[in-house]
Amino acid sequence: MTASTSSIASVMAGPAGHRGWRARLAAWRVPLSILALCLLPWLLPSNALAVNVLVYGLLAVGYNLLFGYTGLLSFGHAAFFGAGAYVTGIAIGRFGVPWFAALLLGVAAGAALAFVIGLLSIRTRGIYFSMVTLALSQLVYYTALQASSWTGGENGLRGFTVAKLDILGWSIDFLDPIKKYYVLMVFAAAALWLVSRILNSPFGAVIEAIRENETRARACGYDVERTKLIAFTLSGLICALAGTLFALHLAIVPLDILHYQTSGMIVMMTLLGGAGSFFGPFVGALAFLLMEDVVSLWTSHWQIVVGTVFILFVLFLPKGIWGTLIAWRADR
Amino acid sequence: MDAELIAMQLFSGVALGAIMIMVALGLSIIFGMLGVVNFAHGALFMVGAYAGLWIASLTGSFWWGLLIAPLAVGALGMLIERVLIRPLYKRSVDDPLLLTFGLGYVLVEAVRILFGSDGIPFPTPPQLAGVADLGIGFFPIYRLFVVGVVALTLLLLWLGLEKTKFGLIVRAGAKDPQIMRVLGVDIATVWLLVFGLGVALTALGGVLAAPMRNVNPEMGSLVLAEAFVVTVIGGMGSLVGAVVAGLLVGVAISMTALFAPEMATIVMFALMALVLLVRPQGLFGKPTRA
Repeated sequence: MTASTSSIASVMAGPAGHRGWRARLAAWRVPLSILALCLLPWLLPSNALAVNVLVYGLLAVGYNLLFGYTGLLSFGHAAFFGAGAYVTGIAIGRFGVPWFAALLLGVAAGAALAFVIGLLSIRTRGIYFSMVTLALSQLVYYTALQASSWTGGENGLRGFTVAKLDILGWSIDFLDPIKKYYVLMVFAAAALWLVSRILNSPFGAVIEAIRENETRARACGYDVERTKLIAFTLSGLICALAGTLFALHLAIVPLDILHYQTSGMIVMMTLLGGAGSFFGPFVGALAFLLMEDVVSLWTSHWQIVVGTVFILFVLFLPKGIWGTLIAWRADR
Repeated sequence: MDAELIAMQLFSGVALGAIMIMVALGLSIIFGMLGVVNFAHGALFMVGAYAGLWIASLTGSFWWGLLIAPLAVGALGMLIERVLIRPLYKRSVDDPLLLTFGLGYVLVEAVRILFGSDGIPFPTPPQLAGVADLGIGFFPIYRLFVVGVVALTLLLLWLGLEKTKFGLIVRAGAKDPQIMRVLGVDIATVWLLVFGLGVALTALGGVLAAPMRNVNPEMGSLVLAEAFVVTVIGGMGSLVGAVVAGLLVGVAISMTALFAPEMATIVMFALMALVLLVRPQGLFGKPTRA
């Protein structure tokens, strides 16, 4: 009798114990992420790398909302990243809009573009969706290439350097790399909080339900198309924010960031880190960029190494670095 | 704007469409049979063009390049299927897609290492240089040749699929691989061959396109987007759809290039968006189950 109750107790305690640390990790995910981002410039070999991890990490977080949580494999997210960057750059360089308003414009433009592309691509299912998002984002790429009087065409957009930021009477020297990093980090942190909030909401539960079983989610009465469109737009919005931060950071927008190779890079980062996990995208962006940084020291053909590593991950570690770590820790 | 110019431009559109048909057919056949969207398809087109170039320079003859390159790249495709794609059949449809994307990345970089990053001109074979007067205008002989080769390939493909036992197995296997296995057909080998065939078709497109374009490691990326547009317009898995949509897109591009050159790169995407709005399953596609 006592033996059986104690064994029941231990069975109960087992999963509950695991749920314990995982729940604690989930509850603290935003503060922990922000702490990690605060430390990043001091841990990485260069400031430039830290800013890149910040921007691409945020980009992958936005993408993960769609790919990891809603289960839609988009190959067109470069369009929203690029739209954010271009609109911010054009607003500052051509119209002299203050930086903060330009940032909001960039985010709004990216979200609007995501809404339109989402509207079209969500009409298709499964494998079609990846192809259509890729093709529509290439449409954006070629449009930017043709509209060279606005976008600078192949040379990219230049001439919108922001030297200092005025915030509520303060003036921050934006050319100081460390100060710049922390300013950009504030926006990334706000976006992380937003994503965490979305995932914790009932809406977050519905998108995961669609990922797990679309037919059943529909049968439960959820408007699947509308939910997908909202998820697509929100995901585009976060990616556009990453784009505006990218533009503010570099003060140029290369045309290449609109190409579907950039979309592919976002997919790779997300998968390397672990799609469908909160920390995964940042881990993936860090791994990808570190790999690029280290491999390009001894060969300019770093893409062949990164591509091979990616193929091995798809074959053997589809949960990515973070997802595999979590699964391994939970099994013990 | 005289009729002769329009006729010539129309014909260039057909030649352009012929190349797109080769690529889109390969993509469509592989998808129809294996349920895999091959994101390395554009890269394999590029590998085909380089293989043709390399073999032609080794043997001194364009014809050997045209013959051997598609077979060699098709064999590479079979190796890819066996080693990389086969382990993923039981997983989600996204996994082979992701893997082939990574593979495309690797192939482009491998070609850069072997042949350099700069474009290489591929001269038109001397027998096919020049223009022919067809009464309604002068047409480049090479483009006529391309259209002829593509038409012949389509005919052979159609005969192979409709009139041979292998074609029967392929068509049945696309409908229900499980039943084929029960009937004692070695479906794994059929899939291997179909993947090789699809890759060989895109490689043939690559060799044929090489003298009309500059051969460079990035040439596959536009081709992949074109092939997606053509398959979405035509309807995924439909061979007739690929042919009709390929010609439609080719002609649309060449006609826009004549009347509104700045819109030429954009028109095919606009066409695709229109088809998606009116008929999301494509012109010849079957509606997907809701």
